[in-house]
Amino acid sequence: MTLSRDTQVTAPALELRGLWAGYGATPALQDVSLAVAQGQFMGIIGPNGAGKSTLFKAILGLVKPWRGDTLVFGRPSREMRAAIGYMPQIELVDWDFPVTVADVALMGRYGPLGLLRRPAAADRDAADQALERAGMLPLRDRLVGELSGGQRRRVLLARALVNNPRLLLLDEPMAGLDAAAQHQLLDILAGLRAQGATIVMNTHDLSCVSSSCDRACCLQRAVVALGAPHEVLTEKILSQTFGIHLLTVHHPDGSTYAYQHHHIGDAPEPSGLHHD
Amino acid sequence: MSRKGLSPFLAEGTGDVPPFFPTTYVGGRVGATTFATAKRQRPPRAPMHLITDPWHFEFMQRAFIVATLAAVVCAVVGVYVVLKGLAFMGDAIAHSSLAGMAASFALGGSVLWGAIAWVAPASLAITYLSRRARLLLDTTIGIIYAAGFALGLVIISRQDSYATDLFSFLFGNVLGVSWTDVAIVAAVAAAILAIIAALYKELLFATYDGAMAAASGIPVRAMEYLLPLLIGFTAVASLKTVGIVLVLALLVTPAATARLLARRLPAMVLVSVLAAWAAVIAGLYLSYHLDLPSGPAIVLVSTAIFLAALLLSPSRGLLRRRPGISIPVP
Repeated sequence: MTLSRDTQVTAPALELRGLWAGYGATPALQDVSLAVAQGQFMGIIGPNGAGKSTLFKAILGLVKPWRGDTLVFGRPSREMRAAIGYMPQIELVDWDFPVTVADVALMGRYGPLGLLRRPAAADRDAADQALERAGMLPLRDRLVGELSGGQRRRVLLARALVNNPRLLLLDEPMAGLDAAAQHQLLDILAGLRAQGATIVMNTHDLSCVSSSCDRACCLQRAVVALGAPHEVLTEKILSQTFGIHLLTVHHPDGSTYAYQHHHIGDAPEPSGLHHD
Repeated sequence: MSRKGLSPFLAEGTGDVPPFFPTTYVGGRVGATTFATAKRQRPPRAPMHLITDPWHFEFMQRAFIVATLAAVVCAVVGVYVVLKGLAFMGDAIAHSSLAGMAASFALGGSVLWGAIAWVAPASLAITYLSRRARLLLDTTIGIIYAAGFALGLVIISRQDSYATDLFSFLFGNVLGVSWTDVAIVAAVAAAILAIIAALYKELLFATYDGAMAAASGIPVRAMEYLLPLLIGFTAVASLKTVGIVLVLALLVTPAATARLLARRLPAMVLVSVLAAWAAVIAGLYLSYHLDLPSGPAIVLVSTAIFLAALLLSPSRGLLRRRPGISIPVP
């Protein structure tokens, strides 16, 4: 994954300008503007329903923005599909499907291949290389239903990597993973960054953002705060973002933890994939 | 072999038969009288003739061809139906096609053309209404189901031969297919298989993970219209073999059998086709020799094959040894 040195080398990997998007008449994103420089690792945090997934969907063209621009390496994101690798939430994938790990990785090549063209040996090689980078090559012939939670993330990551994207969008990659599986995934992401990839991740995991990301964004339909994790992950900002009082603890190693004083029922994230 | 007693079933020379045979349904039994009549013409035969006997009759040859075509398309499309949980959609489109069949029949045309003319807009309407009116797919499927079936019943009720016509629509009449019917079913089947072969990877990706497929440029929305259309035309191809009530069985049972036995999708398609084909051939022989109605015989053989797979499946079978290590749970 080498960064091609073209004319847009100085453009941000991802830039959103005044982005509005929503479902029906309800806005899920209100005037979101942010930029992620090339090579950065940004963590986007916010409660359920804050528009985190909608942000990705708007970039990917799955949700039509009401207004505003989504630029990837300085160009409209719809023209830059091949440069974006997307890893959906694992809940959106049918894990009981009769496909193997290698089949799923190969699916990443289907779109660029275009209609009526069948995958060739080169596509299978690319899929195997992506599996290798995600540490899944030894399991290539397993059915996806036989994988653990961490392995499921990594097969989706492999599929996102198969076209050598320069920008990776990861939707809740850490949710439900134990510490060991999280570290394994973060190690892989660190390796990808070393090769020049820009990564944007949605997460609920504040400590993960604090320890691994170099940029953090708090989203609550609008951008609440944007900056280095230690500037953003403060009690005041987190309380604004999550709408409830949070106690944050900054540990000496730089990690930040937030504790909820009381639990409020999570609003379900609006899903506009099927009926909009 | 004398064909004297078979009239009107076998029209000598043309090989053509009228679409429906009231005599076929005497006493509410489909096909029974015709087989009995046919076999009374000949002395008992050696066991080998149990296999070859039916082939002496042109109507059985046509039945074998049409049933094979229906089995193959049902088996292939059924794989997507089973994996996506679209059984209700298949049942609904088949039932709603009664409107097209009845209208065409009332106008003196071929029921197959009527069914084709109906299922195309009805299948597209299911997805379109669900999108435009923001209704669940299940809801719009139910509306099309009931509306088409009711319209068909109203049209048939205006005909003189209400009961017998309805019976042949609902339960099929594979022994009464004409060569024209065979040609129509063959064309429909070929079109379905060609589309699936051409769009295999798109259908696979869109079925497995629609959001990601859309994000990577697969025309997922077009696929959401295409799949009901394929299911609708599959129902048309199977109308003559099992009738609209039992199309669902041919659509889901062989594919479900394959789900139990196959690991990957290509293998699942192959096993599904073999299971469906075995069911229609064995069902037709049983129907011939035991004087059983052919559609139900096919469905029961298909169910028996499924039950065998359910017992013996290496991964999901009821008789398999429980694994020592638990499979990870999501």
